[in-house]
Amino acid sequence: MTLVSEMVLIAVGAAVINNFVLHYFVGICPFLGVSRKVDMAFGMGCAVTFVISIAALLSWTFTFYILRPGAPLATWIMRTVTGNAEATSDLRVLNYIVYIFVIASSVQLVEMYVRKFFPSLYKSFGVFLPLITTNCAILFACLEIMKHVSIGGGGGAWGAAGGHVWGLPQALTLAIAGGLGFMIAIVIMAGIREELDHCDVPAPLKGPGITLLVAGILALAFMGFSGVDKTLAGLMGGAQ
Amino acid sequence: MANDGPTPLERFINGILPENPVYRQLLGMCPTLAVTGNMKAAMTMSAAVAFVMICANLITSLIRDLLKPHLRILIFTLTIATFVTIADRVLAAYVYQMSKELGPYVPLIIVNCIIICRCEVCASKQRPVTALADAVGQSLGFALALASIATIREVLGAGTWFGLPILAEGWWPAWGIMVLPPGAFITLGALLGVANWLGTLRGGKAAAAAN
Repeated sequence: MTLVSEMVLIAVGAAVINNFVLHYFVGICPFLGVSRKVDMAFGMGCAVTFVISIAALLSWTFTFYILRPGAPLATWIMRTVTGNAEATSDLRVLNYIVYIFVIASSVQLVEMYVRKFFPSLYKSFGVFLPLITTNCAILFACLEIMKHVSIGGGGGAWGAAGGHVWGLPQALTLAIAGGLGFMIAIVIMAGIREELDHCDVPAPLKGPGITLLVAGILALAFMGFSGVDKTLAGLMGGAQ
Repeated sequence: MANDGPTPLERFINGILPENPVYRQLLGMCPTLAVTGNMKAAMTMSAAVAFVMICANLITSLIRDLLKPHLRILIFTLTIATFVTIADRVLAAYVYQMSKELGPYVPLIIVNCIIICRCEVCASKQRPVTALADAVGQSLGFALALASIATIREVLGAGTWFGLPILAEGWWPAWGIMVLPPGAFITLGALLGVANWLGTLRGGKAAAAAN
């Protein structure tokens, strides 16, 4: 399979078939909290897509060169320090701490950058920007990338792309498509909720209750996409 | 006496129902939806969350005088990440199948809002005993919420409970949708509605008694 068709499969898989929100349940907190108005939902989607790409870039670099078993940089340092030419490093136990550190600092950087250069945008984001740190969608993207870089297996959910170590293009595709999938889900949800304001919802279900029920129906609709990847893989296989 | 803060017992009871993390505070939704397809996964997840929450609350409470305001969230997350790594390795070593089934949701405990919220609200201000009671109460509340959702989903979706057959085969057509993602959203939405409805019933009675 060529790199391009692999990337297409990963993108379609992450954006619609295995939508981050509706299939993996990550990023539910902003999905429920910031989906009241379409423009706010769109802003949140953009911010998440941006942060997720930066975090994916950094975490792929760290995983590939330092953290994975036999990573070049860590192994070189280890061999130089211990003087043992056979030694290989395996720093997988540090994975989670490194990822959360990368995410927290990239959110901080983005916040500083936006505040300096786009003050009006910064004002409209308000409290949501720092909250992205605790958005599970970003850590989830890092973890999926880790699975394909440091274990080299996985495959499954992201098209037929298993069995070999992912490079940077695949990792970035997964992150950006996942962020776009989050944006699609949250914008659709906000559109439905704006209409719901005119409806007579039973009092106990107001707010999160009805939102979750609607999300359930939306998830049902997105299940209709399953299988698209196989057709797509067949089409691209035929074209080659 | 106002600055004494809540007693350990109060904090413990608060976590189970009055401030239930899922039904009242709407925190920690990712694992609540993702791992409640069957009881075994839900209970393993609750145990992992309880371990991480208790340890993180204790450590945070012990170092609460050293915390700098602008760095505290980072310190919380790093503390939590350390304990999550321990929990993840232990699960992978002793219950490998379950650890595979839970997949990314064990590391995702790091960004679980419940734990960060408890560190921020309670542990960074209270003595270790109170923080411990708070963590135990909150994790019990979380386990109860997960158990209620997982029971409904597993019984309706597969006709079993903890893997034991409950509804006779053939008589009950398993609702496959309940163990799939849409079932999670619908079950939690319906349960939230029921919880709010019970809350207003009780609130109405209290108001009537006050009059």
